[in-house]
Amino acid sequence: MDLYSEIILDYFKNPVNKGEIDKPTGTASEYNPLCGDKIRVDILLDKKGKVVEAKFSGEGCAISQAATSMLTEKLIGKTPAQIKKISNEEIYKMLNIPISPGRVKCALLGLVTAKKAAISANTKTKTPDTKKSLKNPTCHFLQIKKSRQRGTTR
Amino acid sequence: MKNIPKITNRKLLVFNPKILKKDFPIFSRKINGKTLVYLDNASTSQKPKSVIDALTNYYKTFNANTHRGIHTMSEEATLAYEKTREHVAKFINAPLSKEIIFTRNTTEAINLVAYSWGETNIHKDDEIIISAIEHHSNLVPWQELCRRKKAKLKIIPIKNDLTLNMEAYEKMLSRETKLVSITGMSNVLGFMPDLQKIIKLAHKNKALVLVDAAQSAAHIKTDVKKLDCDFLAFSSHKLLGPTGVGALYGKFQLLSNMPPFMFGGDMVKAVQQDKAFWNDLPWKFEAGTPNIADVIAFNAALTYLEKVGLKNIQKHDEKLLKYAVKKFSKYEKDGVRLILPTYKSMDFSRSSDSKSHSFTRNSSSPTFDPSATSSILSFSIKGIHPHDVAQIFNDEGVAIRSGYHCSQPLIEYLNLSATARMSFYFYNTKEDIDRAEKALQKTLKLFK
Ligand SMILES: Cc1ncc(COP(=O)(O)O)c(C=O)c1O
Repeated sequence: MDLYSEIILDYFKNPVNKGEIDKPTGTASEYNPLCGDKIRVDILLDKKGKVVEAKFSGEGCAISQAATSMLTEKLIGKTPAQIKKISNEEIYKMLNIPISPGRVKCALLGLVTAKKAAISANTKTKTPDTKKSLKNPTCHFLQIKKSRQRGTTR
Repeated sequence: MKNIPKITNRKLLVFNPKILKKDFPIFSRKINGKTLVYLDNASTSQKPKSVIDALTNYYKTFNANTHRGIHTMSEEATLAYEKTREHVAKFINAPLSKEIIFTRNTTEAINLVAYSWGETNIHKDDEIIISAIEHHSNLVPWQELCRRKKAKLKIIPIKNDLTLNMEAYEKMLSRETKLVSITGMSNVLGFMPDLQKIIKLAHKNKALVLVDAAQSAAHIKTDVKKLDCDFLAFSSHKLLGPTGVGALYGKFQLLSNMPPFMFGGDMVKAVQQDKAFWNDLPWKFEAGTPNIADVIAFNAALTYLEKVGLKNIQKHDEKLLKYAVKKFSKYEKDGVRLILPTYKSMDFSRSSDSKSHSFTRNSSSPTFDPSATSSILSFSIKGIHPHDVAQIFNDEGVAIRSGYHCSQPLIEYLNLSATARMSFYFYNTKEDIDRAEKALQKTLKLFK
């Protein structure tokens, strides 16, 4: 199987969701000092706390660029908690190319960044919501989220 | 003693890389179904059969610890180990073999100086000069020493033509300068600084000079007497020898006055419960059981290298680099940028404007000064990450390096996020470069 499959090359040459969001709910940047790759992921949440828009920017190899671009599509409709649960295997499956040990970092750079962006969105949305979360005890809130996530991933 | 490789200085009758290549078992290997083209020699060189044989011969026939026993094998091992030291001294024209200290690699040799000499001789507000083209191993130890001592680290900048700014260097030297630590050949650019001049100027200012010969020792004749450098470091693995062996040369007087770097067995003459007496040079700096097998095999590497002849290597390096530049410069219109000192069609500065990728050709054929640069051709392709370049090259069986090459500040200075690098050695041929060109064509086709 070829590393540079048509799909990968297509995402690299014509990246989907490349750019930045004006006022993102969550944003994060990651740097891979080994390759010099820099990636930023922005996400915008709706009132329900689900991603309505996801964008990425920065530079990197074809694998990291394509992987991040594909990932941004996957983020739509997910909550930050769900983003944090995306596994590495899901990324490998999404890419559908043989990832050698040397390219693992390239493949996962976008995911690492997206998870950080999700964390930053979480902390942002929680602070103005202090009153609400007082009404809904944290454990209850989390439980709802967990069950909801199970529903969507299946 | 039959186990010890004889030092023969017989030169080759004809220098033919294709014949020499046959001495290297690795070249029978295929990568992705294609015969291996190895263009990552600046990372490490391949090993001839004689070196591999020397290694197994030691383990098979006289494996024993050195300097410790009086049994036959220990004596043989000690003798073979010390023979390599003599050979290294001869190889770099060091006056005395006790001026050669075995380390793990260049990095450890430089650290030895930074700790042993640096700790005692560098004080607050002293200055150490290095250059902008140093490998991390000749940068970080000095950063750390300066931090510990509140001393200053000064860096010779490079000019637009990617050569060192010697005027700036001259201005940098002062009474505060205690050490100049400089590469003999850049592992990114292939640039060879004018060591003779750098050392003379430093000595005029009573500063010592360390030469990082990790790259240069494999390609050009190293003569520490002629250079008059105070320290010189290099690694066996870059010149046909095994990994795990480095050599530090230091002037006898300097080494004698330096305290040990590591403590333990072998580096002591006598030990009492509350104190120990240091061994003589060079063993004072070789604590613990050394890398006996690899040091012994290193001797075979030097023998092989001398048989090939550094003059032949130098000539061949020049031929290959010229050929590679001719081939690769054809693709400048496709966004290929050659990162080569003194290269004529190059003009880029630190600014990130679009000029950095435009080329104004002065002459019809590319030119560069082959006396300034050797055996390395770094390049970048606009819009294509070096990792992807290296990956496609690998698909074609061509091994090249991509990334920072342990020279992050330099790559960033060049306004790049990383580069791809081809580095040649005497067993490489024009056909190897043709294969690289084919890989380049494939890369451009795939990503453009
Ligand atoms: C110029 C230069 N200096 C130092 C080193 C470090 O050598 P080693 O890794 O063997 O310690 C290298 C090797 O990459 C080098 O190219």
